[in-house]
Amino acid sequence: MKKLNSIIQKLGSNRLAWSMFALAAILLFNLIVYPEFFKITILDGHLYGSLVDIFRNGAPLMVLAIGMTLVVATGGVDLSVGPVIAVTGAVATSLIGLEYGSTNTPLFLAVALALGVAALCGFWNGILVSRIGIQPIVATLILYVAGRGVAQMITNGKIMRIFYEPYFVFGSGYFLSLPVSLYIVLLVYIVAWLFTRRTSFGLYVESIGINSEASRFTGINEKNVKLLAYTLCGLCAGIAGIIISSNVKSADGNNAGLWYELDAILSVALGGTSLSGGRFSFAGSIIGALIIQSLTTTIYSTGVPPQVIMLVKALVVFLVSLLQSENFRKMIGSLLNSRKGAIQ
Amino acid sequence: MVNDRVLLQMSNISKMFPGVKALSNVDFDLRAGEIHALMGENGAGKSTLIKVITGVDKPELGEITLEGNIIHPASPRDAQKLGISTVFQEVNLCPNLSVAENISIGHETIRYGFINSSDAKAKAKQLLKQLDVDIDVTRTLADYSVSIQQMVAIARALNIDKTKVLILDEPTSSLDAYEVRKLFDVMLKLKKNGIGIIFITHFIDQVYEVADRITVLRQGKLIGTYETNTLPRLKLVYSMIGKELENLDSLSKMKGELTKRTEVEPFMQVKALGSKGSIQPFDLEINKGEVLGFGGLLGSGRSEAAHLIFGVDIPDSGTLTVNKKEYRHLSPLKSILNGIGLCPEDRKTEGIISDLTVRENIVIALQVGQGWFQYIPMKKQYEIADKFIQSLNINTPSPDQLIKNLSGGNQQKVILARWLATHVKFLILDEPTRGIDIGTKAEIQKMVISLAEEGKAIVFISSELDEVVRCSNRMMIMRDHQKVAELEGDKVNLEEVMQIIAGRSELEKA
Repeated sequence: MKKLNSIIQKLGSNRLAWSMFALAAILLFNLIVYPEFFKITILDGHLYGSLVDIFRNGAPLMVLAIGMTLVVATGGVDLSVGPVIAVTGAVATSLIGLEYGSTNTPLFLAVALALGVAALCGFWNGILVSRIGIQPIVATLILYVAGRGVAQMITNGKIMRIFYEPYFVFGSGYFLSLPVSLYIVLLVYIVAWLFTRRTSFGLYVESIGINSEASRFTGINEKNVKLLAYTLCGLCAGIAGIIISSNVKSADGNNAGLWYELDAILSVALGGTSLSGGRFSFAGSIIGALIIQSLTTTIYSTGVPPQVIMLVKALVVFLVSLLQSENFRKMIGSLLNSRKGAIQ
Repeated sequence: MVNDRVLLQMSNISKMFPGVKALSNVDFDLRAGEIHALMGENGAGKSTLIKVITGVDKPELGEITLEGNIIHPASPRDAQKLGISTVFQEVNLCPNLSVAENISIGHETIRYGFINSSDAKAKAKQLLKQLDVDIDVTRTLADYSVSIQQMVAIARALNIDKTKVLILDEPTSSLDAYEVRKLFDVMLKLKKNGIGIIFITHFIDQVYEVADRITVLRQGKLIGTYETNTLPRLKLVYSMIGKELENLDSLSKMKGELTKRTEVEPFMQVKALGSKGSIQPFDLEINKGEVLGFGGLLGSGRSEAAHLIFGVDIPDSGTLTVNKKEYRHLSPLKSILNGIGLCPEDRKTEGIISDLTVRENIVIALQVGQGWFQYIPMKKQYEIADKFIQSLNINTPSPDQLIKNLSGGNQQKVILARWLATHVKFLILDEPTRGIDIGTKAEIQKMVISLAEEGKAIVFISSELDEVVRCSNRMMIMRDHQKVAELEGDKVNLEEVMQIIAGRSELEKA
């Protein structure tokens, strides 16, 4: 018992370990009830299977979670990422046009401009938070409301379909038998990691999230650090938007990226980054995103009736949060201890 | 007055933290109607003992009895219900609530299912009146100075009717002499009512003024419990630190040599620097190789002056000239680039970044000075951290320890290291020795003088006048938010400074 207790304590100090444990548990559950889950087949030189699906469908969320991590670590939150996804898709689509097999704007330029608009959205949030001093929830709520409106204006309130094939590569293309979107996630992760851990940006972000007043006394420019964090978060939402619209081959101002902001925040929380700011981990957030995605895939593949899907999802998230909670672990710890006392 | 009835008895208390034995087999008892001082250096285990009594930490071993009954307080609230109320070292209040709300929170009077706020206001007013504090209790706490907040914290502890044990952890560290007096009056009154008071402080004078008995801890062990009037001061100091204090003697000798130097080279010139509502315009010259003390009562504008110079607050008049350049104002970043550093007064909120490691806390200002993209390589960071951990004698298991796990004195040293790492030429130290044990205090004072000897300009701010006087070559005296005098050489002595602070300005003399 004591050993078990000490293992729990030791594991407890590493929040990343708990998220990985939760992810492994979900996958294990699948292995037991649905052995086919882990089967990967090669078709036309592409890998297919539920595992690949999790990564492929989870790609937008993983990218989103990376951006959200930065904002959360400064002690803020960005509610507008879902609508920014819709805006990015709409901008890219309208630049490419509706003609079959051709594009009005060179693909590279269309994507770059769409990402630029997304970054601008993030920049706008950053200005509201850092320069005007609006609280993050309220500041990003403004774009949350406005974003879908803008996206619908661009698409004229309709779902715009794309017929230009090269654009589909981001969401549904394959490279060396793996989905292209996975490479995008990997690239975003590496760039984000280098940019935060090989410059002082990451240290500034954590420092501000922990104690912004003391950070000011050390000369950190809080305003610019926050501005950059929100801008990068917008950019990540843009990348996710490109992947999504490329995957569904259309732009839908109403539904693209719907509820993604909540999943992104949840991914960050599941990954062990405190929502009050401070220490952050991209790897943790990616695992968090994978938990959410594999949960969704599991629910669909095990045939859970759609009306209870939300409940099952909530239940699992609740369990993971319990595992991560220090108070809960203490409770379990003292429970084990008192049982030990009873045995003696 | 003191009866011998034991109120609180702790026996054989042991508490482990990862890697440290914070308390080992400590016995402690508190009688009804006594003031019992708990003394010891930082890290001696005083705070841990308090945390055990108040249920913040659970001891591995040992027993606590209150009026003969064994108790197991599980939280501060639990302890409060048992009649043990505490004023913690760091002010633990809600700055965005009103004073009255802060005092009444948790013990609101309920009428018809609603909080009776007029009752709370009256109660708060009356409690503060006992402490001779007359303020508007409907204003938010953040509007008031640290010392007033401290008094509010004490008033809050007194708001519990059935308090049997009152614990005061460093209650006087941010109070001025008059406020301390008031607090002592209240303590003596409570004592008469049979309440047992545990009083933790670093001020030896205060202990001898009010305490009936003294318990000394050192490195988690009980050194002894003594009747105050049978324990000579020197012996108390000796038992706290376990070694003689030869530091202080060498200090005055060092300062003597520093003063002998005749040529002074200016580092910074301050002209008519001021900010409306905070400080009247003042002139000041800051010289290399000199310790310039800021003297004055709490709230006289000492810290505000420091903030204006360093640029965390923006002045609305005057100029600063440094490195041959004239500035309307500086900013923390500009200050760093000009070789200026500030160790702020409020260590917890303005100094440490609690969840960062010791290493990160040390290198952060250096990193800021180097800019976003000149990231200091990890290996270099550890080298810098190790160097200062060694040279400043910082007591930490590793450079990767989170700074919040260090004792106050060691945290202060880390902040000092943060600025020394930036190769400061001018360092402002605002209350660097507040809440720090005598051993470390002497170490820091000595460091201040040796930094000046190396040619750095130092501004030294402290509420303890004798400390400023002992360390400074020159002093700026402030009263009511303005500079009232500047003293040099032999004039820097306690009597002179006190007289000026008390109201005899240079102008009046002339």
